[in-house]
Amino acid sequence: MNQVPLRLYVNGERHDVTVEPRKTLADVLREDCGLTGTHLGCEHGVCGACTILADGQPIRACLMFAVQAEGMSLRTVEGLAPDDEELHPVQRAFWKHHGLQCGFCTPGFLMLAAGTLEEDPDRSDEELVDILSSNLCRCTGYQNILTATKAAAAEMRE
Amino acid sequence: MIGESLQRVEDPVLLRGQGRFAADVTLPGQLHMRVVRSPVAHGRIRSIDTSAARALPGVAAVWTHDDIADLPPIAFRLTPIESMLPYRQPVLARGRVRYVGEPVAVVFAESEYLAEDAAELVDVEVEALPATVDPTGEPTPWLDAEEVAWTAVEAADGAGRDNESATIHLEYGDPDAAFAAAAHVFDVDVRVGRHSGVPMECRGGSAHVDAATGVLMVNGAAKVPFWNRDAIAQMVGRSPHEVQLIEGHVGGGFGPRGELYPEDVLVPLATIRLGRPVRWVEDRQEHLTTCNHSRDQRHRLRAAVDETGLITALDGEFWADQGAYVRTHGATVAGLTASMLPGPYLLPSYRITGHVRMSNKTPAGTYRSPGRYEGTFARERLIDAIANGLGLDRIELRRRNFIPADAMPYRRPILAMGTELVYDSGDYALLMDRMEETFDLPTLREEVAARREAGELVGIGYGWFVEKSGLGPSEGARVMVDTGGSALVTTGASSVGQGVDTVLSQVVGEVLDLDLDRIRTVRGQTEHFNYGRGAFATRQSVMVGNAVLESALAVRAKALRVAAHHLEIDEADLELVRGRVQVVGTPGTGLGLGEIAALLEPHRAKAIGEEPGLTCDGWFHSDHMTYPYGVHVAVVQIDRGTGKPTLERFLVGYDVGKALNHLLVEGQITGGAAQGIGGALYEEFRYAEDGQPQATTFMDYLMPTMAEMPEFGVLVTEDAPSPLNPLGVKGAGEGGTTATAAAIASAVDDALSRPGSVTQTPIRPDLIRQLISEPGHEQSPNQKEH
Repeated sequence: MNQVPLRLYVNGERHDVTVEPRKTLADVLREDCGLTGTHLGCEHGVCGACTILADGQPIRACLMFAVQAEGMSLRTVEGLAPDDEELHPVQRAFWKHHGLQCGFCTPGFLMLAAGTLEEDPDRSDEELVDILSSNLCRCTGYQNILTATKAAAAEMRE
Repeated sequence: MIGESLQRVEDPVLLRGQGRFAADVTLPGQLHMRVVRSPVAHGRIRSIDTSAARALPGVAAVWTHDDIADLPPIAFRLTPIESMLPYRQPVLARGRVRYVGEPVAVVFAESEYLAEDAAELVDVEVEALPATVDPTGEPTPWLDAEEVAWTAVEAADGAGRDNESATIHLEYGDPDAAFAAAAHVFDVDVRVGRHSGVPMECRGGSAHVDAATGVLMVNGAAKVPFWNRDAIAQMVGRSPHEVQLIEGHVGGGFGPRGELYPEDVLVPLATIRLGRPVRWVEDRQEHLTTCNHSRDQRHRLRAAVDETGLITALDGEFWADQGAYVRTHGATVAGLTASMLPGPYLLPSYRITGHVRMSNKTPAGTYRSPGRYEGTFARERLIDAIANGLGLDRIELRRRNFIPADAMPYRRPILAMGTELVYDSGDYALLMDRMEETFDLPTLREEVAARREAGELVGIGYGWFVEKSGLGPSEGARVMVDTGGSALVTTGASSVGQGVDTVLSQVVGEVLDLDLDRIRTVRGQTEHFNYGRGAFATRQSVMVGNAVLESALAVRAKALRVAAHHLEIDEADLELVRGRVQVVGTPGTGLGLGEIAALLEPHRAKAIGEEPGLTCDGWFHSDHMTYPYGVHVAVVQIDRGTGKPTLERFLVGYDVGKALNHLLVEGQITGGAAQGIGGALYEEFRYAEDGQPQATTFMDYLMPTMAEMPEFGVLVTEDAPSPLNPLGVKGAGEGGTTATAAAIASAVDDALSRPGSVTQTPIRPDLIRQLISEPGHEQSPNQKEH
């Protein structure tokens, strides 16, 4: 299969990779960029474990080919925290409110919540439930994910 | 520190996306395995043409059964019933396929994409045979004599086998006499649909042989790494010490994940035979058609009841749809169904027969609350039928039949998982009282009744249950304090994401008065500990928690002893505070734990007659399980037009004896309830008549999202500590799930004012629509009195 050169910008860093045109963005992030925090739970766009931000918008990395992401500013869970010491408000809230158990769906929920709240931290509870219902979690029963997201929203509004 | 709702030690790594899940491990030069699977439910394999796949550049090998004919079927890990041996699964299909998704061949290639290309080129010709999708009728032929001889040489008798792989029978008291003397008899015939754990992480793993040591290294282990190490070693012809299983992060367990499946044997075998690292990661469609299914049981039960509503006997039969093969769980689900069916009730006489039946579906195994979810649904349907039939309040009837607190410990003369069934402690009536008060159930009932009066279809329902946890027989732990004063806790525990590192650290932190960031846990690593039964049967906190307690207490005693000797002070004048052995009430005196560890450097330890190191092993043994118990209360509203049920509220009362971390216990309960709700209302592995699975993606297998979640209320009580272990704990992992279907069915009945109308799960809108459109009955056929 032919390979094409590709330049991706992820978490502010440039990645020059050579990939098959058919390779998904999620696979390229994981294998060619070494960013395994983006998880694959279904590979058909339902579970949202692979949610990342592309130009600030939450997207499913399994539903895009990497070549389609050329020129976009991508952000993955590895780029969420400002540094090794501090966490993003969404990460902090998930930790405090036990918004994760196995942690597999967590990167997708974090990126979904972060993208949503960075765009508009004034979402109503109903809107948040609606938005967060686009991802699946099998451990938590979602209550603490909602609580954590609301807490992060309150902090980000300040 | 024990009991505090501390934030988890596991989380920072997971929140930063730095976990190491099965697919995150990449080995230099690795081959990718892709499984070619049967497209038909039942048939004879006529030919498998692998030539086109082999010819594809980058394909290293293609195997069919002939290439691995020397491999035996995978052994039973639990409940190994002799009659089931011939029903085990060959690692690759051998002449016959029995379910859609069965591994027929495997391809090994340079990339994952290439492996999929090659797998599509493997041409499998199967002559289709009729499929069995409802095995609850009379038994039908299943294995021929040759197949029996191959899978179980010792059981070969020249005969074939029908599709009843095992028959379970339990009995005590005198059921026949009870029914003869009964004032009333009630019966139910109900089914629980086929669904399963479906963790968010698909299965996967990788293996390589470490060139420097010759050790076979296997990544992606989960749940039962020690048993799997031994089984893999045996199957690939190595000694257990030459095989190392490595548990990284595990993206959910729930029963199915971590069992030894055919793919888990193929990966290490291939790395040995092909001389290359090998990785395999399944996709979601594979997961839904190949990882263990569960549930799918039909129950016919009847109860003998006296004038006062006391149930004098429970009698019945059930059929478990095992699917195409019997895997590692043996007869565990059916066995637990039979043992745990009596629940919280006295039931002076009991008789049950369970039929484990084979069908052309994906093989089944355990899923969170195995046997109890199914049995509780059936039993509580029957209890509701009795209450409604006698015109008694549903809770009042249950109270009349509860095992009273003063009868504890209560022995039922049957076995559960090979142990005597002794309910260790419990006060069921007290928990019900506390639920009434905490959630103001009287007002809730009034509100529901008023809304129904006003024309809404809304109802309240209940499910009572007894769980079991803490299966023995043994677990061990090693607590070691290093010269820096930090503790390393090494155990045979496994984590499937439930927070076991945190609670084990809390136990050590409590005993040694250390903060959690001074404690590191090692689990799931066969290289670092010799023994571990695994993360199943809600046993980690009970078994490993108490083993860790033992070893931490021994370390504390050793620290005090050594410090006393060194300081020439009486031990009684010393105390351990903030990781320091000091003179009682005098901070700054004495020795830090790190300094004491330095005093125990081997040569110095010998001089003072101590074993080297500030380290001690601790073991916990138990012959009996612990029995937590609880109640679920559901409020369901139904749309009259569409039949859509909305679960408005879901309340759980659960007594865990002692909670090591309330935040985590509540998390377990809420998460477990969400899974139970999924099975009660949405999730189902349905099959067409020809055995084609109808739920092979997340578009068809409907797991609940946040939008489907009710308003939850969780009451965790500690009124009945277990007398069987020093911590007093009972497991918290499964009680959120157990009675969800029972309580929701009860609420739907109530909403429709049609007692006994719900006879199966999932309770789909179309079933409810059908009930709404039928003319109303005073009594449905399903709860008639004889």
